[in-house]
Amino acid sequence: MNFQPVILWTDALIFLLLAGVLALAWVIRRQEHLCAPWRSVAQRPMAMGAAMVLVVFVVIGLLDSLHYRPKLEDSPPEKPQYAVEVLSAFDAFVEPLRSRTEKTYSAPLAIQLYAKEFVERDGVTVREYPRLLYGGAHLADAGAHRADLVQRTSTGVLHGLLASVTLVLALGLWQARRRRMSLAAWFASAWRGQVGWPVRTVVAVLASALVMAGILLQLAPAYHVFGTDKVGQDVLYITLKSIRTGLVIGTLTTLVTLPLAIGLGIAAGYFRGWVDDVIQYIYTVLNSIPGVLLIAAAVLIVQVYIESNPELFDTAAARADIRLLALCLIMGVTSWTGLARLLRGESLKLRTLDYVEAARAFGVSHSRIIRRHIFPNVFHLVLIAVVLDFSGLVLAEAVLSYVGVGVDPSMYSWGNMINGARLELAREPVVWWQLGAAFIFMFTLVLAANLFADGVRDAFDPRGGGRR
Amino acid sequence: MFAYVIRRLLYAVPILIGVNLLTFALFFVVNTPDDMARLQLGAKRVTPEAIERWKVEHGYDRPMLFNARAEGAEKLTDTIYFQHSAAMFAFEFGNSDDGRNIGNEIRTRMWPSLAIALPVFVIGLMVNISFALLMVFFRATYLDVWGVVLCVVLMSISGLFYIIAGQYFIAKLWNLLPISGFAGGIDGLKFILLPVVVGIVGGIGSGARWYRTIFLEEIGKDYVRTARAKGLSEVRVLFRHVLKNGMIPILTGAVVVLPLLFMGSLITESFFGIPGLGSYTIDAIQAQDFSIVRAMVFLGSFLYIVGLILTDISYSWVDPRVRLQ
Repeated sequence: MNFQPVILWTDALIFLLLAGVLALAWVIRRQEHLCAPWRSVAQRPMAMGAAMVLVVFVVIGLLDSLHYRPKLEDSPPEKPQYAVEVLSAFDAFVEPLRSRTEKTYSAPLAIQLYAKEFVERDGVTVREYPRLLYGGAHLADAGAHRADLVQRTSTGVLHGLLASVTLVLALGLWQARRRRMSLAAWFASAWRGQVGWPVRTVVAVLASALVMAGILLQLAPAYHVFGTDKVGQDVLYITLKSIRTGLVIGTLTTLVTLPLAIGLGIAAGYFRGWVDDVIQYIYTVLNSIPGVLLIAAAVLIVQVYIESNPELFDTAAARADIRLLALCLIMGVTSWTGLARLLRGESLKLRTLDYVEAARAFGVSHSRIIRRHIFPNVFHLVLIAVVLDFSGLVLAEAVLSYVGVGVDPSMYSWGNMINGARLELAREPVVWWQLGAAFIFMFTLVLAANLFADGVRDAFDPRGGGRR
Repeated sequence: MFAYVIRRLLYAVPILIGVNLLTFALFFVVNTPDDMARLQLGAKRVTPEAIERWKVEHGYDRPMLFNARAEGAEKLTDTIYFQHSAAMFAFEFGNSDDGRNIGNEIRTRMWPSLAIALPVFVIGLMVNISFALLMVFFRATYLDVWGVVLCVVLMSISGLFYIIAGQYFIAKLWNLLPISGFAGGIDGLKFILLPVVVGIVGGIGSGARWYRTIFLEEIGKDYVRTARAKGLSEVRVLFRHVLKNGMIPILTGAVVVLPLLFMGSLITESFFGIPGLGSYTIDAIQAQDFSIVRAMVFLGSFLYIVGLILTDISYSWVDPRVRLQ
C-alpha cells in the first residue's frame, strides 16, 4: 500500500454521526407523519437553496475527514515508513494547491510578490517585485496577465454554464419521465413554479455553484485565487481546509449536547420531585458561569494535560485533533442547559396528558413511557435546537480562537485565519485577502445554516417561531 | 416582597457554593498546582525544587482540603480550598501571578468596561426595538420580508468582522476616530464612540429579529383586536398597546444581563485597547494566569445570580398580574 490510513478521533465521530443521520433519514422516510414536515421544508425556496450550499460544504468536509499518511518514497518495501504529515483525501484532490507555496504574501491572482526585493539582473542588483514561483508562471510576458485572466474566467463561466445546462436537461428528462409528461410541458410548469418544489431556486443555486467551480478550476491551477499568506501558502487551500474544522465544531458539539439535554431535561420534567431539583441545580450552576470563561478554564486544563502527556499522541495532527475534540466536548457540556430547560418544560406539560396517564394506569414502565410517548413528542424541539445552534457554534469557534482557547494554532480554521491576518491590515498596502477569504466562506456557511434553520423551524414548530 | 427577596438570596447561596466547588475542582484537582507550576515556569528549567519554590511563592504548598499537621481550626483553614477558593465568598481574590491584588484591579477596571457596555446595551436596546417595531408595522409586506433577510445576513457575520471593518474603515481609512485606546472623563468620548457603534451594529441582526417575533406574538392577541375594533389607528395600537405589553418579556429578558455589563466584552475591549475587565480576562487567559480566571469565573457567576434575582423582582414590578410568594 502506498499509504497508511489514519483515523483521527473526530473522523470516527463524524462518520458515526453521518451513519446516524442516514439511519434517521431511513426511519423518517418510512413514516408518513415524520415525512410531512420535511416535505414542507423542501417546498421553501430559501431552505432548499441553503441546503444545497450546505451539501457542498459537507462534501468538502467529509472528503477532508478521510485521513492517511503517505509512504516515504525512499523507504524499503518490506518495512515501509510513512510520513509524519497526515493528509486527507481532499488534499489528494487539490495537491497542487497544497504544495505550491510562494516565499511570502502575494495578492489574489497576482504574478508578483507583494513586497519588493533585491534581484540580480544582468550583473546589477535592482529592487523590484519578483515574479512568483507558481502564480502565473506559465506567462512569459507579464503584459499577457490580464488577457489570460479574462480568457480563463470566460472559459470557466462557459464550462460552468454548459455543465448546468446538461444537468438541468437531465433533471428535466428524469422528472418528465416520472410524471409522464413531455419535456417542454415539464419545463413550462417548472418555470411557473408549479411542480411542488422550488425548481427555480435549486437551478439558480446549482448554476451559480457550477459557474464558480468552473472559474476556480480554470484559475486555481495557474494562479493563487485568494493570494498567499505570510509563509506563502495558498489562502484558498487554507480556507477550504477550514471548512472541516467549522463543521466538526458545529456538529460534534451537538453530539455531546444531545444526550445530556435529552436525558436530563426529560428526566427532570417527567419525574419531578428531587430528580427535578437536582437537575435544575446542576444546570443553574453551569449556566451561571460565564460560558467563555468555563471554556477557557477547561481548554487551559486540556492543554496542560496534552503538554504533560506528549507520548500519547504520535503526530501533530493527532494532538491538534484531540484538542479539537476536547473543545467540542467542553462546548457541549456548557451549552446543553438551554435545550434541557426547554425539554423539561415540555415534558412537564406532556406527563399530565391523557395518553400518558392512560399508559401509566396500564402499568407501562417509566422508560417505555419516555421512549414511546414523551420523546417522540419533544423530538421536533431537539431538531430545531440542533439546526439553530449550528451557526452559533461556527461563529463561536472564531471568537474562541481569537481569545486563545479555540482550536490548536497549527490547525486550519477561520478563527486562526482571522487572528493571524488582523494585524496585517496595518500594513501598507493592505493585506486584505486572508480576511476576505475567511469572511466569504464563513459568511456563506453561517448564512446558509441560518436560512436552513429558519426553514426547519417554520416547518416543525406549529407556533411559528416563538423561540428566539 | 421583602421575604421573597430574602428567600431568593438564600437560594442563591447553594448555587454559588456549587460554582465555587466546580471551579476548585477544575483548577486544583483536575489540574494540580504542580502542573500549573510547570506551565508557568516553561519547559526549560523545570526542576522539582523550582516547582516547590513556585508553589510556596504563590501559596499553593498547602494540602487541598484538610491539613492534618495544623492545629485546631487551622486544620480546615490552612488549606488550598479555604485560602484560595472559599475566600472568594468574602470577595478576597488574592494576588495574580504578577503579584498585583486582583480585587483592586477589578475595582479600577470595571468602570471602563461599564463605559462601553452600558451605552451599547441601552442604545442597542432602543435601536433594536425601533427596527423591530418598523418591521412589525410593515408586516407581511416586502419591507418586512427583506428586513428579516437583512437581519439574518447581519446575524451571519462574525462579531470579529464588525470590529475589524469598523477599525479599518472608520478609524484607518477615513481617520474619523482613533483606532484604539482609552482616556478618562470627556476626552474618553472619542475612544468610546467607535466600540459603542460597532457593538450596536453587531447586535442589530439577532436583536431586532428576536423582538420582532415577540411583537408579532403580541399582535395576535385578543386585546389588540379589541383596540382595533374600537377604531384606534394602527400606529396607536402599535405604540400604546403592543409596545407596552411586548416590553414585558424584553425588559425582563434584559435585566438578567444588566449586572454582567460590569464584566465587559472580551473581544471588543481587547481589540480597542480598553483597560476593562474584559481585556483583563483575555490577558489572563493568554498568560495562563489561573488565579485571575478563577476570580472572574466567580465574579461572573455572582453577577449572573444577582441578575436572576433582579429579573424575578422586575417581573412583579412591570406586570402587576405576577405576584411573588
